[in-house]
Amino acid sequence: MMGQDIPVVEGRAIVRDYHVPGSIFARGRDVRALKGIDFRVDKGKTLAIVGESGSGKSTLARIIALIDAPTGGELRIAGEAVDIHRRRPGPALRSKVQMVFQNPYGSLNPRQKVGDVLMEPLVINTSIPATERRDRAEAMLKKVGLQPEHFNRYPHMFSGGQRQRIAIARALMLNPSLLVLDEPVSALDLSVQAQVLNLLADLQDEFELTYVFVSHDLSVVRYIADDVMVISKGEAVEQGSREALFANPQHPYTQSLFAATPVTDVEAIRTRVARRKAARAAVAG
Amino acid sequence: MALLNIRNLTVKFATATGSFTAVDGIDVHVDRGEVLAIVGESGSGKSVSMLAVMGLLPDTATITADEMTYDGRDISKLSKAERRRLIGREITMIFQEPIASLNPSFTVGFQIEEVLRLNLGLGRKEAHARALELFRAVGIPEPEVKIRAYPHQLSGGQCQRVMIAIAIASNPRLLIADEPTTALDVTIQKQILDLLMKLQEDYGMALILITHDMGVVAETADRVVVQYKGKKMEEAEVLNLFEAPQHPYTRALLSALPEHATGDRLPTVSDFFQQAGA
Repeated sequence: MMGQDIPVVEGRAIVRDYHVPGSIFARGRDVRALKGIDFRVDKGKTLAIVGESGSGKSTLARIIALIDAPTGGELRIAGEAVDIHRRRPGPALRSKVQMVFQNPYGSLNPRQKVGDVLMEPLVINTSIPATERRDRAEAMLKKVGLQPEHFNRYPHMFSGGQRQRIAIARALMLNPSLLVLDEPVSALDLSVQAQVLNLLADLQDEFELTYVFVSHDLSVVRYIADDVMVISKGEAVEQGSREALFANPQHPYTQSLFAATPVTDVEAIRTRVARRKAARAAVAG
Repeated sequence: MALLNIRNLTVKFATATGSFTAVDGIDVHVDRGEVLAIVGESGSGKSVSMLAVMGLLPDTATITADEMTYDGRDISKLSKAERRRLIGREITMIFQEPIASLNPSFTVGFQIEEVLRLNLGLGRKEAHARALELFRAVGIPEPEVKIRAYPHQLSGGQCQRVMIAIAIASNPRLLIADEPTTALDVTIQKQILDLLMKLQEDYGMALILITHDMGVVAETADRVVVQYKGKKMEEAEVLNLFEAPQHPYTRALLSALPEHATGDRLPTVSDFFQQAGA
């Protein structure tokens, strides 16, 4: 039944080229950052995009968030083909898709009060009167676990985790159906990361949000994702449900990612400690 | 006997709004050939205590300690010349941002040879030969080519290998690594950690690894110190720490790992402090 519904976002053979300009020594050339990516995300689900730096995962996130245009292929939001190259997205489309960036220290304007940060999307995209904008912003602050009195403070007065809450609140002001999150917890401490992941899970339930979650951290992906896409050098090397992918990774690249992820399992530590003891005894003896 | 022994270290910073205590009465010791991990989140003072040992803190910092000895010698009483002989030769350090740690205006070869000439008194040719040898030891591909490269021409992982090569150039007895893999991809992190552990075993150095990542701790440490807000919460052998964490904060850190999630929600640190009534 769900499968017959129109997906919230769908990509078909998405391609993105970047032009590297030439110099007196070298000719300009095109770099293909994305080599034809297909995906779909249904309502209320989370697609995690996993890859290392340079894999193209952030390029893909920016295309889905309607910030950059793909060079080729088709992006459909709620069943409608979108080409921001031909037509700038209007308020209706902008309200559907919002983005949260990795670094909450860089993504908030230091000269803008938190209240203004939250109200700005409403000012630009809607004709909601000022008093209601304020009410909505204060309500949203509470939703993300902050206080209404934080309305008049500046971003530097908040910790990293609180700032990421502000960035999430800003993204939710227009009631989007799709949230693109580009490494939203990788700049945060472990305990704060847990709080923000919990918040994202709560908000997803409450607003039936669809997430595209970009991450390099497999343990975070395992916690939050429904479906996973592993991307390497611009190609989706493996795609599937979280259960299938974590139980039985097929592609060598996925397997190498798993092999490199540190294991915090007690048995693994026991083996390592024993091996080190043995090696030392051999040296001493 | 402990190689480095610090008792009751306190570091205070003079700020515009008064004095701020970054490290509050910390004891740290590391034995020869031992791997000690200092774990904590940002603001726990885990880097500051080691920067104090290295003498890398700014003048606004006030450092007091009951004891601060390296190999039985009091570090705080050393003259500047004696300190220079110790720091950078017997005790060396690598940092989080490998690309930022290197000077962008000079080739990596120049930078490692400079260390070899100034610290070990090698001649130009000897330094060059030794630099190539070190590049091979840390697994830099095509060392003859890479030695002429500038930092921006290398990847983050390669720059960190160069930093490690510089740090081990003088056969140090203690290497302090401050978040050495935090800026790197997970596959590169694995390679760098494996390299550090191999060098640590080959050279018999002691290694102090400062990190916020429990995964890194699990893969490397012999012994672990957990720090929070400038205080030591817990100290244990690595197996004991993961098997039976004593302090509520350690338990909180371990269960906040997403791979340890049992239900729908991740437990957070404040949940644990509420339980403990702290």
